[in-house]
Amino acid sequence: MDPVVIVGSGLAGYQSAKEIRRLDREVPLLLVSMDSGDFYSKPMLSNAFSAGKDPDSLVIKSAAQMAAELDAEIRTDVRVDGIFPGDHEISIGGEKLRYARLVLAFGADPLRLHADALSVNDLSGYARFRKALEGKKRVAIIGAGLVGCEFADDLSSSGFEVDVFDIANQPLGRLVTPECGKWMETAMKGIAWHWGAKIAKIEKGSILLEDGSAFQADIVLSAVGLKPRVGLAQDAGLECARGILVNRRLETSARDVYAIGDCMEIEGQVLPFVMPIMHASKILARNVLGERESLVYPAMPVVVKTPSCPAVVSPPKAGSKGAWHTEADAEGVKSVFLGEDGKMLGFALCGKAVSEKNLLAKELPAVLS
Amino acid sequence: MKKWQCVVCGFVYDEAVGMPEEGIAAGTKWGDIPETWNCPDCGVAKSDFEMVEV
Repeated sequence: MDPVVIVGSGLAGYQSAKEIRRLDREVPLLLVSMDSGDFYSKPMLSNAFSAGKDPDSLVIKSAAQMAAELDAEIRTDVRVDGIFPGDHEISIGGEKLRYARLVLAFGADPLRLHADALSVNDLSGYARFRKALEGKKRVAIIGAGLVGCEFADDLSSSGFEVDVFDIANQPLGRLVTPECGKWMETAMKGIAWHWGAKIAKIEKGSILLEDGSAFQADIVLSAVGLKPRVGLAQDAGLECARGILVNRRLETSARDVYAIGDCMEIEGQVLPFVMPIMHASKILARNVLGERESLVYPAMPVVVKTPSCPAVVSPPKAGSKGAWHTEADAEGVKSVFLGEDGKMLGFALCGKAVSEKNLLAKELPAVLS
Repeated sequence: MKKWQCVVCGFVYDEAVGMPEEGIAAGTKWGDIPETWNCPDCGVAKSDFEMVEV
């Protein structure tokens, strides 16, 4: 019997394996990982320094432990070089393997706008970053999105001097209102924010802006966004847009090939967060095992892991008509986005207002109904 | 009273505080939370990932 092959050992890959095994104790499972296959929590990387965690202690379970628990074979440190959906085959490290069903959990690559900047996208990248930080003081972070803000807060509260550069005029420019942004900026004390910053060049720790100003840093960390890994899928003729396209059953355009996690796009949405993986893996597992279930996403607010300034965001769908309404006081900011019919379509909460997350989330429309 | 942290997202459950808004009263021990409970931040089920004591 050919195995179910899962490519990728991040949360999407392992969670899919776990859900499949929960439903079927017999089906052979093979996981393929381009790294060590150790299981760790990617969201914790941007909080690890102040939590006193080094890269080794971030490993929750080794690949061997995962293999035993899942009753699966796990091939580590090997790359897939081709997918051949017509033959139900993939090629890994030059070896052809047959699959009954194939699950693509490739993840995403960090966007790299500047060659001379580090990025942290996995545990080994984090280990390199930590090593580079040793004995250093001054860190520049390019990008004030979720990951940039989380690292900025983590490093600043761990004693580093942190400069953050973004082309926008506030933190989380694409997710929160200016009032929330302002509040976060103030709450994350000790960080030097540089807004409207167009970067001309980064070279040997020197950051040159287009307006001619220059800044020095020991380390430059780039956190400007993610790009779903679609290359292999595209080469195999699978339909891709920003991500690998799937329908509500998590099926790609190729028979018996599924996609999940940060590499996947569904109904125009690429959602590189934990919560969507938790929902999708349950449906994926059933379908891989022969059922025909449809994915539904509820509202999925994202908690920003900036302990100095708690924040939760649930932005309205792109193109939503309506307006933001904001209440702010010394303890926090509550912004809700109301549609033209007065229904809440999104929110951004900072400070004390985050305690309203669960109540407000109940009023939000489903992300995929 | 102990605190527990979700290993996937870092969410901290404080037994002393509970989660009244989710119907979990202050003082509820981690062990008494139903297995069907999900981490409110990341959706990880209680049965999926052990919470670590912090």
